[in-house]
Amino acid sequence: MSALSVSNLRVRFPRRRGEGWFHPVDGVTLSVEPGEMLAVVGESGSGKSLTCLALLRLLPPPGEIAAGSAIRVDGADVLALDAEGLRQLRGGKVGMVFQDPAASLDPLYTAGAHVIEALRAHHRLTAAAARARAIELLREVGVGRDRVDAYPHQLSGGQRQRVMIAAALAGEPTLLIADEPTSALDVTVQAQLLDLLGELRARRGMAILFVSHDLALVATRADRVTVMYAGKVVETGPTSALFADPAHPYTRALLAATPSLNEPDRVIEPIPGGVPDPKAWPPGCRFHPRCAARFEPCDTREPEWFPLGAERHAQCWLHGNANGDP
Amino acid sequence: MRGGPLGRLLAAAWRAPGGRTGLLLLLGFGALATLAPPFLTDPATMSDVTAGAMAPSMAHPFGTDHLSRDVLSRVINGARISLVIALVAVAVSLVLGAGVGMVAGYVGGAVDAILMRLVDGARAIPRLFLLLLLILVWERIPLTALILVLGFTGWLGTSRLVRGEVLRLRHAPFILAARSLGASPYRVLRVHLLPNVAGPLIVAATLGLGEVILLEAGLSFLGLGVQPPTPSWGGMILEARPVLITAPWTSLFPGLAIACTVLAGNLVGDALQASLDPRTA
Repeated sequence: MSALSVSNLRVRFPRRRGEGWFHPVDGVTLSVEPGEMLAVVGESGSGKSLTCLALLRLLPPPGEIAAGSAIRVDGADVLALDAEGLRQLRGGKVGMVFQDPAASLDPLYTAGAHVIEALRAHHRLTAAAARARAIELLREVGVGRDRVDAYPHQLSGGQRQRVMIAAALAGEPTLLIADEPTSALDVTVQAQLLDLLGELRARRGMAILFVSHDLALVATRADRVTVMYAGKVVETGPTSALFADPAHPYTRALLAATPSLNEPDRVIEPIPGGVPDPKAWPPGCRFHPRCAARFEPCDTREPEWFPLGAERHAQCWLHGNANGDP
Repeated sequence: MRGGPLGRLLAAAWRAPGGRTGLLLLLGFGALATLAPPFLTDPATMSDVTAGAMAPSMAHPFGTDHLSRDVLSRVINGARISLVIALVAVAVSLVLGAGVGMVAGYVGGAVDAILMRLVDGARAIPRLFLLLLLILVWERIPLTALILVLGFTGWLGTSRLVRGEVLRLRHAPFILAARSLGASPYRVLRVHLLPNVAGPLIVAATLGLGEVILLEAGLSFLGLGVQPPTPSWGGMILEARPVLITAPWTSLFPGLAIACTVLAGNLVGDALQASLDPRTA
């Protein structure tokens, strides 16, 4: 059974004027197996963060999950949970770490207090037992005993994110959702935190859904990669295969725009244009206005989900035809 | 970590010099009001009515008023009334204002709209006018009723203030993070939102303290507040009006008492606000 399976997830917001809705997340299908690290990559505006929030039903109102979406954690239907079931899921089976560690900690509470709060939300513990366990968890993520009673403003960016991770581990999650956890940090700290996530995954057998816009960061650490564009998944596959032979023109373009140490002389090519406005997604394939390889059906017909051998899929007309034949 | 929330609050205020001055002043007034009266002359005693208002002397350190009652005794006995009224009324309005403001701000939507339109409506009526209407129901108003009336009319501004703060913080990343870790809505309100709006709330409380003392004085002047001969600071100043020029001590000392109390409240409030926020501590 998958640690997380999402099918056709759509997130909708009401349009400001007039009738109807728009869908910044518009049909996301992905799965994370137990103990696996799945990276979700894509430009800003592709719907990565909203997808993460939707998984724990934390969308900011008036946003909501549209009918027809399905989210299952260890087989349990998240969309069918009542308020208490949802509360137990959050920080229990599923831990979550956010982008900006400076703003994600309550300035009035110490590092230890954050972890203790998460512990006591899920376990019946005395104050002393919770504190002892919080100290252990903080040590596990590399925050020393002397920092337990420090306030967020007294911690470095990396330490703050470690505290967040410790709090997310409090409920012994089977899945950790990390939404760009290192984007606000400098490069050396990024690498340390990723190493930490790798260790935790190995030691705890915990699955990780890692969201990033940084392909290079993901390349060496994730088992599989899912590429998102304009609210949809455009390609998914094992990391090495996907990087060696990207199937979707968007993935190719992303890789061409990423500098690489192995090919220092390669010219970095930016992708022309920007991510389209979610209030007016382009017809057909959403990438077609920026795509170098577009041809006849791309601007009118939405490509299907074409399989490309074992565990690989791409949503692009290059890999199939309108009759559905590969 | 020890001593409970109230102990920690007081300790926090004590660390700043201004807060210490304010606390000492408030404690001093409180101690005088509770302990001194047995040693003073009865505030109703008229030692020599024919003498009228007498200037401060050894027998009457603060002088006597136009009915030759001892001003010192009346100021200290008045402290009992005025402080109790102010503290309880402010506490009532804080609880109401914080409760309504937090619910309106956090729940939002129709609940927020209805609560805030009611508050707007009530705010359109001047507080003194509202108090007069309510107080006219009673021939002689009981003290408890006076306190409750002052408290129930004082929370409107506080609720708007708290709502604004909660709206600002509601979508803060740390609130989202707390929810993502399994904090219930009640816990988010009590543990994360309330302490984060405590600063503005405490400032509102200290300002409210002064406002209530002055309102009570105004009501007493109109014969609708604390009833004579029970001494209250406001009542004393206003009773002293006819002899303001000839016997200034009759209004000076209760005036100083009001000023010192309001100042002390503000000092404590400032110190708390500065030290509750660990970023400035």
